[in-house]
Amino acid sequence: MAEINKELVKYIATLARLEFDEDELDDFTEKFRRILEYVEQLKELKVDEIEPTYHINVNYTSMREDEINQSLEISEVLKNAPDKKDNFFRVPRVVE
Amino acid sequence: MDIKKLTLEEIRNLIESRVIKVRDVTEFYLKRAKELQEKTNAFITLDEENILNQVENLEKELERGFKGKLTGVPIAIKDNICTKNIRTTCASKILYNFIPPYDATVVERLKKEGAIIFGKTNMDEFAMGSSNETSYFGPVKNPWDWDRIPGGSSGGSAVAISAIQAPASLGSDTGGSIRQPASLCGVIGMKPTYGRVSRYGLIAFGSSLDQIGPFARTTKDCALVLEVISGYDPKDSTSINRENPEYSKGLSKDIRGLKIGVPKEYFIDGVEEDIVVNIQKAIDTFKNLGAEIYEISLPHTKYGIAVYYLIATAEASSNLARYDGVKYGYRAQNVKDLKQMYIKTKKEGFGEEVKRRIMLGTFSLASGYYDAYYKKASKVRTLIKQDFMSAFEKVDVILCPTSPTTAFKIGEKSNDPIQMYLSDIFTINVNLAGVPAMSIPCGFDRKGLPIGMQIMGNYFEEQKILNTSYAYESAVGGFKFSPFQEE
Repeated sequence: MAEINKELVKYIATLARLEFDEDELDDFTEKFRRILEYVEQLKELKVDEIEPTYHINVNYTSMREDEINQSLEISEVLKNAPDKKDNFFRVPRVVE
Repeated sequence: MDIKKLTLEEIRNLIESRVIKVRDVTEFYLKRAKELQEKTNAFITLDEENILNQVENLEKELERGFKGKLTGVPIAIKDNICTKNIRTTCASKILYNFIPPYDATVVERLKKEGAIIFGKTNMDEFAMGSSNETSYFGPVKNPWDWDRIPGGSSGGSAVAISAIQAPASLGSDTGGSIRQPASLCGVIGMKPTYGRVSRYGLIAFGSSLDQIGPFARTTKDCALVLEVISGYDPKDSTSINRENPEYSKGLSKDIRGLKIGVPKEYFIDGVEEDIVVNIQKAIDTFKNLGAEIYEISLPHTKYGIAVYYLIATAEASSNLARYDGVKYGYRAQNVKDLKQMYIKTKKEGFGEEVKRRIMLGTFSLASGYYDAYYKKASKVRTLIKQDFMSAFEKVDVILCPTSPTTAFKIGEKSNDPIQMYLSDIFTINVNLAGVPAMSIPCGFDRKGLPIGMQIMGNYFEEQKILNTSYAYESAVGGFKFSPFQEE
């Protein structure tokens, strides 16, 4: 099993764009370790020859005509934006 | 006229024949919903003005001769299902102010049949939980004992039925989130076959597992709501284009010759004795009704939780990446750049359990771990699916407890994720396999808490499940779904 320590938790948090305070980190790491210990039981099973199931309805995927339909008005879509300007979402500075 | 006791069909017929008014029914439930809200906390949003507007519009439609399957029936909607112009929060701070500009397909279909889109029900944050304790808007309480959890994640939708705050509701089920709360609250809840009901407008958690389904008091009510929300939707490529039966008309009590499988892996240590005893009694009832009982095996049952918490979290980590403060919902303030905005928004906007699952899923998919975790879990998922497929070669339906325990105390498991996850041990594999299943009331334990029995069926055999339920319901003389039923 992968060694679960604070460094690994911090690394995964970076990938997920999350962040934990130092005082939350111990508790979080401990619970994270317990869950990963629990899932270790899958090691009991030999599955080399088994195909993975990523999706249930692989044989059913339904198709439709590629037609132009009415979509939402831009003004409607922007109603929930925390910040906007003209027809755009506005965000903080991206480049220096 | 005692509105409280009316079935959905009765409400519709009485309204369409002008014996009662749409307003009478909606106002009755609005009053109950408001009076009991402080005790149950079942609703996050109860937009009275919007509801009364719908009533007014429907009354005008009735003047013009409108007829529908659910005319004037108020239906409460879980708060992860988008309702146009009604706030939809997913019980999260990160969506606390989100007002969808469109209706989910299921909501559109309910409206088309004349239903009144009632309050938005409380839930675990992003449907991640089994106790309704992770909601940003506070826990939901179980009407059978206010100190206990109602189950989750669709706790509010289950309680709305058992506290008689609505006559029917919708929930969503990713690992048991309809069936487990239905069981713990003594009501009916059904998860349809994956692909039977459109997920368009359902805020995604685990996209290969999520399915919307009804909560109800009676099998017939459940069947009626299910037939309205089911069916192919071009907006959801995983919804399946095939015949959509009228389940309520197809109901039959005659289950002579029905082959019922009882899986030995669902009667293990840790299942409360009263639950086993009551399920045994139900099996005897089915025997008396002419069903044939077979002991069967679903050998990979015990791996379900581990598989689920690698797959569902992986899908969630991808689905929840969209909450970054750009397009809707909460945005952290006082940030120096875009990246910090993303991080602070997620840090401040998500609760602990949601963060845990995003982390777990990110780990399961991360380079270096993917094969050992996500891919391995997906292979074991194949074995779990095969268990069901071979079982359904021998039997028509499978019968087992919905949950290993009845409702537990608020706070009892909230600090122990593994214990909490284990409360879904009997519901989770159904989602991994994609088959339909239903939880129906099956008596009470010695504490007076409801017990649920689960009926699982093969792909697209909802009618068989409903008939099994209907036969049992008729044999026991109806369900006691609420502590307030006789008041």
